[in-house]
Amino acid sequence: MKEVAIVGVGLTRFGELWEQSLRDMFTEAALAAIADSGLDRIDSMYIGSMSPGLFVHQEHIAPLLADNLGLAGIPAAHVESACASGGLAVRQAFLEIVSGASEIVLAGGVEKMNDGSDVTFALSTAADQEYEAFHGVTFPGLYAMIARAHMHQYGTTREQLAQVAVKNHAHGINNPYAQFRIPMTIDTVLRSSMVAEPLGLMDCSPVSDGAAAVVLTTAERAKKLGKPYAVIRTSVNVTDQIALHDRDNVASLPAVGKAAQQAYKQAGLTPEQLDVIEVHDCFTIAELVVMEELGLVERGKSGPAVMAGMTTLGGKIPVNTSGGLKSKGHPVGATGVAQIIEIAEQLRGTAGERQVKNARIGMAQNMGGSGGSCVIHILEGRS
Amino acid sequence: MIVPRYTREIPQRFRLEAAECTGCGKIVFPPRRICPKCRGKTFSPRNLSREGKILSYTVIHVAAEPFELQIPFAVGIIETPEGARLTAQIVDCDFSELAIGTRVRLVMRKIQQEGHAGILLYGYKAVLER
Repeated sequence: MKEVAIVGVGLTRFGELWEQSLRDMFTEAALAAIADSGLDRIDSMYIGSMSPGLFVHQEHIAPLLADNLGLAGIPAAHVESACASGGLAVRQAFLEIVSGASEIVLAGGVEKMNDGSDVTFALSTAADQEYEAFHGVTFPGLYAMIARAHMHQYGTTREQLAQVAVKNHAHGINNPYAQFRIPMTIDTVLRSSMVAEPLGLMDCSPVSDGAAAVVLTTAERAKKLGKPYAVIRTSVNVTDQIALHDRDNVASLPAVGKAAQQAYKQAGLTPEQLDVIEVHDCFTIAELVVMEELGLVERGKSGPAVMAGMTTLGGKIPVNTSGGLKSKGHPVGATGVAQIIEIAEQLRGTAGERQVKNARIGMAQNMGGSGGSCVIHILEGRS
Repeated sequence: MIVPRYTREIPQRFRLEAAECTGCGKIVFPPRRICPKCRGKTFSPRNLSREGKILSYTVIHVAAEPFELQIPFAVGIIETPEGARLTAQIVDCDFSELAIGTRVRLVMRKIQQEGHAGILLYGYKAVLER
């Protein structure tokens, strides 16, 4: 099997980008990624975006964005798996190179959420529309029910949830692309207005605009570029029933556990061998449950582990050095690509003040909805 | 809410019509062509009883537009005695009465309203067994 490498990365700042449209943001990130790669052509591209149709009334974005990049004519496809759209775009690019169909593929992600649409409604379309959203449950509401069940089964506390936000904001302060580079305290999280009990506003990732892009090619070609790069050790996508109520245990995310097991097996790795991880902390409870599904801690032990600093930069296994979705921002389609960029930067040794010393192997875990889909990539640095 | 999308689900929303897999006995709600447990293709019709218990719940303070006038409201995941699971609002109670394991009854209520002169959308909501 051909080995695939990430040789170029590019991002816009995440936030409320009033001056930039969907196409502006994507083009900025894609041009940055192409420039970073040092390559002079793109054979094909994939774009992850959850709902440009609902957010800005624009579908058919693959040709639109290829054209804006000056590449009208190349094959391009829009990939959707709710908040896992970005990770899935990278996976499709990976598969296209593995298959031999293309040599240089761009994978991007973009979402324009602050142009005035009903964001709560748009996001709720990632749930079962007739049997969840019909009854008024929102995305924070679904994760709140996961949190309530986790608290009931394992004694997880609101303070432990809050510490996830505190840690991720502490990391995000050092990320120039992050939306909220502000320190957070447990008290501020606990006093934030309720969104869906027990989750307050500061347990939730923000509504963001932003884009991210990576350039992938064969490891063979990457070697000739003469600079550090990251290879994809494995790329996994797992689906599950999308309605939360269909899970055997409401306090779990089985798609994440299955994806992790497949990824470890394919890469021949154990969780202990990972040096840095980006996880999908759309809500504080999500990061806790994902830690358990990835096998970083036993089920029910994630809260105390976060309180003890296990996942803080400098701890045993740093999680979300980028600031995570919570501090960096969560333009849903861009998130999965941005996570992979953070891991690639860490493995190239270019993460600045967020750098994990001697990071060699890292994982990016991206998920859609309340866990109806999960995409995991494990990357390894090469120089 | 678009009318055909609503009316297609009426058997489930009004009468809790489910299906029992003849192969493995799993209760599937709403009915599907393929059993998610054993991939069987034959089912017999079965209505869910209107009882259940709360597996988890939340109180929603920020809602999508059709529900904005209802906030704050409670939503829960309910398991019926047949083992079917569904999501429903939990109403007619003080939020402090909500707890995992609490027994509920599913009743017919208005869920949403189609604008000012459109159709009223009915379905099931849960009330506490007292």
